[in-house]
Amino acid sequence: MVALVVAEHDNSALKPATLNAVAAAKEIAGADIDVLVAGKDCRAVTEAAGKIAGVRRVLLADDGAYEHGLAENIAPLVVKLAENYSHLLAPATTSGKNLMPRVAALLDMMQISDISAVVSPDTFVRPIYAGNALQTVQSQDPIKVITVRGTAFPPVESTGGSAAIELVPPTGAAGLSEFLRAELSKSERPELTSARVIISGGRGMQSGDNFHLLEKVADKLGAAVGASRAAVDAGFVPNDYQVGQTGKIVAPELYIAVGISGAIQHLAGMKDSKVIVAINKDEEAPIFQIADYGLVGDLFKILPELADELERRQ
Amino acid sequence: MKALVAVKRVIDYNVKIRVKADKTGVETANVKMSMNPFDEIAVEEALRLREAGIVTEVIAVSLGVAQCQETIRTALAMGADRGVLVQTDAELQPLAVAKLLKAVIQQENPEIVIIGKQAIDDDCNQTGQMLSALLGWPQATFASKIKISDGHAEVTREVDGGLETVSIKLPAVVTTDLRLNEPRYASLPNIMKAKKKPITTTTPEGLGVDVTPRLTVLKVEEPPKRQGGHKVGSVAELVDKLKTEARVI
Repeated sequence: MVALVVAEHDNSALKPATLNAVAAAKEIAGADIDVLVAGKDCRAVTEAAGKIAGVRRVLLADDGAYEHGLAENIAPLVVKLAENYSHLLAPATTSGKNLMPRVAALLDMMQISDISAVVSPDTFVRPIYAGNALQTVQSQDPIKVITVRGTAFPPVESTGGSAAIELVPPTGAAGLSEFLRAELSKSERPELTSARVIISGGRGMQSGDNFHLLEKVADKLGAAVGASRAAVDAGFVPNDYQVGQTGKIVAPELYIAVGISGAIQHLAGMKDSKVIVAINKDEEAPIFQIADYGLVGDLFKILPELADELERRQ
Repeated sequence: MKALVAVKRVIDYNVKIRVKADKTGVETANVKMSMNPFDEIAVEEALRLREAGIVTEVIAVSLGVAQCQETIRTALAMGADRGVLVQTDAELQPLAVAKLLKAVIQQENPEIVIIGKQAIDDDCNQTGQMLSALLGWPQATFASKIKISDGHAEVTREVDGGLETVSIKLPAVVTTDLRLNEPRYASLPNIMKAKKKPITTTTPEGLGVDVTPRLTVLKVEEPPKRQGGHKVGSVAELVDKLKTEARVI
């Protein structure tokens, strides 16, 4: 068993989701884990990858073609490296989900998407139907192409390793696609998928402006701010706030759901959180059934009170 | 140019699914089935491209049991021009679906293929990417905006950190995200009209595609239930519990 993990990064920093994918790889391949860094001028990322505990080797493919993570360009590189590995893994983030099925199809392998547990090197558990069922699948393919649900695998340590760094020759640009621009949300807050505390708002927030009430509480807790699909559909906040089946899957230590009724699609994205708090004026809201602590009442009164109380007791 | 959309028949998104007692899968008998919501968005987008004069014909393809014909009829009622059914009772996994779609595409020669980013049953999120790989075409996944000009599609994609815009050469595969559009409802006259629109039927054997599953499903289980339902009476009590009982703040 030898695993290759495709690192997630933005050319300047390694994304924490990589550490969860390495954790899954460790359960499969033990000490035989390599990490691929494909990007442009991504020396810092390579160094960070080399320090990940338990990584044997870092493969660096540095080329303009890889700068923006275009799947058409990176997939052939991963395919070229694949013959040395029994398992190819990536985080189940938008970039991993974009890349890995392309790799799998080029290799004529069936991907195993979004695994939440490793049973054995060829058998995995994965959520289906928005997490309302868990499927255990065994792969018949010689190379297992896998995306990893980060919340299901506690991250390995980001330090302590001293992997060798090896350059691999780039495969160049496929000439099929071109990156034009990115409009990334700028935030001082932690990223949703790696935050320890998340506070999310739903339709009950009534407007995007009212999200500042959540932000005040988030500031006190060092929390990330998320939203339900209803809040995104209503135009309160951008889609990258979305927690749920079709948005981000999160499992923080503490998840505070405010004005969120608890549709299945939302629960699918957060029900593995360690502690769930629900604040809603409707005491029959389904979110209360899964909440460890429910508070029934008007969120417009409760949120400022909560911010004050946290301030007072800090 | 032609547009091809793939539409999957899935358990309706409003149905609360039940895991079968023998753990072989999910109960589908007497359960309402519908078109995968992301595929509805794909159909809608293809129709809008036709209405904008960019696309001349919209072909809806579905793969699976005979009843997938109903899913194709839904697409036809929305406005698609004709349908192709790849009929089989075999279990189809995304790699097999991508191979079957490739075979259909090689007969139909569309310049743009639009499909849902994921199906809400198996939540795989693979088929579009696999299809474009097999065709050697570019892919734009998780699209929230599509603009076509000069043999290229400029596609805005929903990514974890925000939005990203790429330009891809046609022919290409685009997979849809939620905010691409709001699908129309089929009107009664259009539902009647759809009954007369042609659907051709073929099979995996007819297309020469081996659809043997690569993944064996060993079991399907219910996830562990969460024990919730406790209420607190005040903000002070909540903060107290979080500090002393749950110890998370």
